[in-house]
Amino acid sequence: MKIIVCIKQVPDTKGGVKFKPDGTLDRGAMLSIMNPDDKAGLEAALTLKDKYGAEVTVLSMGLPKAEDVLREALAMGADKAILVTDRVLGGADTWATSTTIAGAIRNLDYDLIITGRQAIDGDTAQVGPQISEHLNIPVISYAQKIEVEGDYVIVERQFDDRYHVLKAKMPCLITALSELNKPRYMTPGGIFDAYDAEITQWGRADLKDVDDSNLGLSGSPTKIAKASDKVRKGAGEKVVLDAEESVKYIMDKLNEKHII
Amino acid sequence: MDLNDYKGVFIFAQQVDNKIDNIAYELIGKGKELAAALNTTVTAVLAGYKVKDLADSLAEYGADRVIVVDDPALEVYMTEPYTHAIASVINEFKPEIMLVGATAIGRDLGPRVSARVATGLTADCTFLEIGTFHEKENQLLMTRPAFGGNTIATIACPDNRPQMATVRPGVMQKLDPTPGAKAEVVEYNPGFTPDHKYVEILKVVKEVANVADIMDAKILVSGGRGMGSPENFKMLEELADALGGMVSCSRACVDAGWMPKAMQVGQTGKTVRPNLYIACGISGAIQHLAGMEESDVIIAINKDETAPIFDVADYGIVGDVKAIVPKLTEAIKNSKA
Amino acid sequence: MDFSLSKKHLLARALFKEFAETEVKPFATEVDETEVFPRHTVEKMAKSGFLGIPIPKEYGGQGCDALTYVMCVEELSKVCATTGVIVSAHTSLCCDPILTYGTEEQKQKYLVPLAKGEKLGAFGLTEPGAGTDAQGMQTKAVLDGDNYVLNGSKIFITNGKEADIYIIFAVTDIVTDKRGRAKKEISAFIVEKGTPGFDFGTKEKKMGIRGSSTYELIFTDCRVPKENLLGVKGKGFGMAMHTLDGGRIGIASQALGIAEGALDRTVEYVKERKQFGRAIGAFQNTQFQLANLATNVQAAQLMVYKAAQAKSTQKRYTVEAAMAKLFAAEVAMDVTTKCVQLHGGYGYTREYEVERMMRDAKITEIYEGTSEVQRMVISGDLLS
Repeated sequence: MKIIVCIKQVPDTKGGVKFKPDGTLDRGAMLSIMNPDDKAGLEAALTLKDKYGAEVTVLSMGLPKAEDVLREALAMGADKAILVTDRVLGGADTWATSTTIAGAIRNLDYDLIITGRQAIDGDTAQVGPQISEHLNIPVISYAQKIEVEGDYVIVERQFDDRYHVLKAKMPCLITALSELNKPRYMTPGGIFDAYDAEITQWGRADLKDVDDSNLGLSGSPTKIAKASDKVRKGAGEKVVLDAEESVKYIMDKLNEKHII
Repeated sequence: MDLNDYKGVFIFAQQVDNKIDNIAYELIGKGKELAAALNTTVTAVLAGYKVKDLADSLAEYGADRVIVVDDPALEVYMTEPYTHAIASVINEFKPEIMLVGATAIGRDLGPRVSARVATGLTADCTFLEIGTFHEKENQLLMTRPAFGGNTIATIACPDNRPQMATVRPGVMQKLDPTPGAKAEVVEYNPGFTPDHKYVEILKVVKEVANVADIMDAKILVSGGRGMGSPENFKMLEELADALGGMVSCSRACVDAGWMPKAMQVGQTGKTVRPNLYIACGISGAIQHLAGMEESDVIIAINKDETAPIFDVADYGIVGDVKAIVPKLTEAIKNSKA
Repeated sequence: MDFSLSKKHLLARALFKEFAETEVKPFATEVDETEVFPRHTVEKMAKSGFLGIPIPKEYGGQGCDALTYVMCVEELSKVCATTGVIVSAHTSLCCDPILTYGTEEQKQKYLVPLAKGEKLGAFGLTEPGAGTDAQGMQTKAVLDGDNYVLNGSKIFITNGKEADIYIIFAVTDIVTDKRGRAKKEISAFIVEKGTPGFDFGTKEKKMGIRGSSTYELIFTDCRVPKENLLGVKGKGFGMAMHTLDGGRIGIASQALGIAEGALDRTVEYVKERKQFGRAIGAFQNTQFQLANLATNVQAAQLMVYKAAQAKSTQKRYTVEAAMAKLFAAEVAMDVTTKCVQLHGGYGYTREYEVERMMRDAKITEIYEGTSEVQRMVISGDLLS
């Protein structure tokens, strides 16, 4: 079985977000990490590899430094890594991004494509389903469990108050939730091997069956009109009280606001 | 593509088990406002099996027209037949705006439809208006949080139609229903032929717990990692019962397996806007704040005085949540007795 | 001379740090309070390859260098010194001598499961009357047919009851030296847990590293197959000393980690804690103290990394190891003591981790050769 996992390098928002003095986001000051949902997707692929035997290829589109997350993926146990990077691909929205990644994937053999549900920087959850549409294969999003049965995958898809157990013929695309699993750690030896490994680099010329008009900033249907940092409402009162006093304080406020 | 061929505001009227989801009414509410600015009408697209009867309720909430796609293939939500249904409606009726709820279903359907009809899609919008983008008038300006709620961006889709957005549930206001209101109902069926993209449903499993939705609650008592253990949520339930509210939680509690996903508030959970939100032992990661900071009154109890939750709380108490909550429950019971 | 870490070492450090923060730190206080060996953590480390970092891949290890191993012990010890010493004793004192002195059969049989983390290792040299002093050793091994018969006991054995495979030193002969004095000859043996006649005595109740399993090992007519003799018969003492050179680098890394952990927490604390209306970090005394501590920690780190490099590239690294251990241990004790002081009254309570770190730091000046022994080693080399 051949599995492709799409991963994205994102700024880590977990350890707090850094701002520049002018109030804009300081992306440079934040660590770059592998997007959590993508990492869950990689773990799902590696679990399938452990169970059924598979070749796992990780693919990322991004700046040259996205190589770091690909090495991380290799250190976790992926077999091959491909970086799609080219100036003309920059500034892409989800449409142009999915077009690019689909163009790269057309060069590869695969049974299964796994992407994370969404990236923590964009939060769009669009690229996975859009890739599947470009490649004309079925998609199952929000996978919380993945099994393989012959040429089929059996997937539990999570929805709000229910889940569906679905069966799709491969090749197909699955989007993974970070709740799907707890990703394994890299191994120290895996890290050493990952830095000896070759990472394939592809540019615009390597993309198959894509039109320039669908790539990069100019090929993106959506345009940013304006972006700004969110203004939060200010903090209210803050008191340090013991339990009895706290209760009295809260009761007063609830009465004041006519809640009780 | 001649952009002038595209007219009208369309909304996807999500139904599950032949029951219209609230998001459909919210989208109609917002759609009416956008339609007024564009001097056009709102069309609800209702897809399902034996769903025609539901058209009236969409009309009562303000839909001018309902396009019904009724087919056995649409009985349970599946990506491919629904994509086919909505993409066909778009190609046939050419809306200039297509709104979809940013629900689990909408976030699955939206991207696939947008790729099929080759247009842009803006995800998880919290604000929509008609305005001017680079000297082009009457554009849909779609505002959404990004970066886990740290930034907001306004997006336009000037050269493609329809302008598509998914909209966060609980953010737009639905209109007061007009009983007996009727809409023009158009039945349309593009034909459904299963192909390799169809996925077989083996089973639908409903998680029985928590049938009520935290998004509908007027009062939420929300617990975080600071509760220490799932057992301690019992005291939050007692407090919620005393207040007539519901219990919700932060992502940490879902990740730890303490609480079901359906109760999670935040960027990857639900956006809530209750009258009262009591945050108990929630530190207030930015992703959590994004899901609750619009609440009318926020009370936070946390032992860490530097917890970011205090930055959005109207009333913050630095103290031991496990000591305060049971006493507060007593006090509320007494006040109501 | 390049002091920057390569990208792969940086990523390895990030791995150890993430693991330590996520898997180890949440249990550090509990491990200390309950004195229960963190078996679950050891299993997780085994799965991630942490128990065979400097062992070649052909023997089930990770094939990394000594520096990578040292960074692992360092990062673990930043959050939990108990976990740090478990890895150090296993790797430096059990895996390493089998790798260096073992036969191919011994490596396949013992090193492979050790490096994979399926088995845990320990090292038994110290006795009530002997540690670095070989002539005081009482444990004997007598050849009887195909077995050596061991009698005696070992004390203060790290990973004591939790290990599966033990390197045990025993007297195999008494020879007369050139001056006509009787001299004990020592040999090393690989002993498996469960061997009849191999029992555990009392568990030590310790000041620090309280989750590590420190036991007395008792051998009563314990028959060990003669093929489990490690290295050359009679050369055991030299092997023990060489093994301890490596072990000291591990302990030096543990000490370094403890010092760094205490410093990190104190830097956080002085920014938050207010006295006289100001954060205590705003006082010059605090600032200067922290500057001194950070400088010493940096120096210790350079010495520890240098010793690790020496182990990877040199045949002998006795002096580098002794200096790194001596310095890092004394820095750890000094830094943790001052960090407790900077925490004031809170630093003396179990509410704050520096209290535990100060207790944990003390052992690094004692085991695998006290600071006095390190000075003897270093001066011995200077004056030879």
